[in-house]
Amino acid sequence: MEAQEVYASLEKLFPGKVRDFKSEVREPYLFVEPTAIVEVCRFLRNAPGFRFEVLSDLTALDWPKQETIQMVYHLFSYSHNHQIVLKVDLPRDHPRIATLENEWKVANWFEREAYDLFGVIFEGHSDLRRIMLPEDWVGYPLRKDYVEQEEYDGISTQRAPLVEKLLR
Amino acid sequence: MNDTAPASTGFYTEDMTISVGPQHPSTHGVLRFVVKTDGEVISEAIPDVGYLHRSIEKIGEKVTYHGYVPYTDRADYLAAMFANQAFCLAAERLAGIEVTRRGEFCRVIACELNRIASHLISVGTFGQDIGAMTPFVHALRERETINNLMEEICGARLTYNYIRIGGVGYDILPETCTRIEAFLHHFEPIVDEFNRLLSGNKIFIERLAGVAVVSKEDAFSYNLVGPNLRGSGVKWDIRRDIPYSIYPELEFEVPIGTAHVGVLGDSFDRYWVRIREMQESCKIVRQCLSMMPKGPAIAKVPRKFRPPAGECYARVEAPRGDMGFYVVSDGSEYPYRVRIRTGSYTAMSIIDKLSKGIMVADLIALIGSLDVDAPEIDR
Repeated sequence: MEAQEVYASLEKLFPGKVRDFKSEVREPYLFVEPTAIVEVCRFLRNAPGFRFEVLSDLTALDWPKQETIQMVYHLFSYSHNHQIVLKVDLPRDHPRIATLENEWKVANWFEREAYDLFGVIFEGHSDLRRIMLPEDWVGYPLRKDYVEQEEYDGISTQRAPLVEKLLR
Repeated sequence: MNDTAPASTGFYTEDMTISVGPQHPSTHGVLRFVVKTDGEVISEAIPDVGYLHRSIEKIGEKVTYHGYVPYTDRADYLAAMFANQAFCLAAERLAGIEVTRRGEFCRVIACELNRIASHLISVGTFGQDIGAMTPFVHALRERETINNLMEEICGARLTYNYIRIGGVGYDILPETCTRIEAFLHHFEPIVDEFNRLLSGNKIFIERLAGVAVVSKEDAFSYNLVGPNLRGSGVKWDIRRDIPYSIYPELEFEVPIGTAHVGVLGDSFDRYWVRIREMQESCKIVRQCLSMMPKGPAIAKVPRKFRPPAGECYARVEAPRGDMGFYVVSDGSEYPYRVRIRTGSYTAMSIIDKLSKGIMVADLIALIGSLDVDAPEIDR
């Protein structure tokens, strides 16, 4: 199924909850309202003709100027060999969205990573802990305004530039 | 704690909590499992990852497109070629660059040799995890030859930095082609030898048949990819189904799990898919060597590389499955965001589910059969 048809069906079924379909790019995407993400995904996964069995990727983008954290979901269907990209804009100072753990089990780990590196809170997630970084790490490294803490557990995270060391 | 104290005996048992790793022969890198067991039977195995997190995604925002290629090597050092290719594909699609035809052939030859090397490590260490030391040595011996060939092709043995935006760094010379052909001639019978040594071994089969079965539904839900997905009987390969490069012109089979000795989707099926994929890779390299056209190995790409604003998600079929690079450009010299989606990361997430109720020794077989690779999980 073409992305255009997917969008047309979604627009009919979820009026006002999907918008801004962009088709002239290589991987067409559309925007979903934050409150509707679970029902839209559940429909895309189960409805015959759509059958997006897998969540290929889940990640986020940080846009400080627009004050948004943008969630990006790559959905793929093995049975129909088609894909669609869903995007959700969340407020940057308070990014919260429902978990997709009940739709795709892999969302558990993907969402933990997004929480760890972007600070997005996934409501209803069964085990929302940091995954890459230690529990007591400060800040969310993949945000654009991230500044690394100067030391962690008494260990300095800074290093004198190698060239200066040689000159000394 | 699951304490039970039967009144009749007065004895009681309690669950043990054991830490497996961060450095354990079966973890293939630095990762750790917190295992709760009742005697030999596991009730829970929680993976603890992140020991090898080098923030490769963040580095991507700080260096230019050309400068990022060597960093992608480090995402998965056993199969660096594929990360190179996935990133370059994304960058080329963003900028609309056409790869030269000879460049495509060089890419496929290098990638398929790399796939054989990676699978050799996978099946070799797998045998070692189960307790078979000898096959590991045989596998490493063959891989050494591939490393030598790689050194000849691009000057590096593990972190290649060979595939560049627009083509490849260096052309493959005719004498190297001869040596690659000689290697294939030598290697194909070795696979049979390896099967006599390991795949047909009764102990090996008994340790794997019917162990840690992954159903098709679970494989979808946990997004298993590559040999792990095909082991569950799903005939799906990016090289065949979302074609890229020159794969549509080549003939090769996509091996899938067939319940060869046990149940469909068990540890042996996943292992058996890898063995047969090595044979298919040999076929692909042979075809490429015979079809290779003349011409430049790399297209003209400006040094100041600024793709127009946009985004691209490029997938390649790496030895550990679907490797995706999601690259977002804002029109500047630096990528706005690079996201690396790897097969090992999703394969790790299923271990917690599969480990419930199996024996400790089977956990080792499970980790080995999924072929997880720590640097690729943590990136």
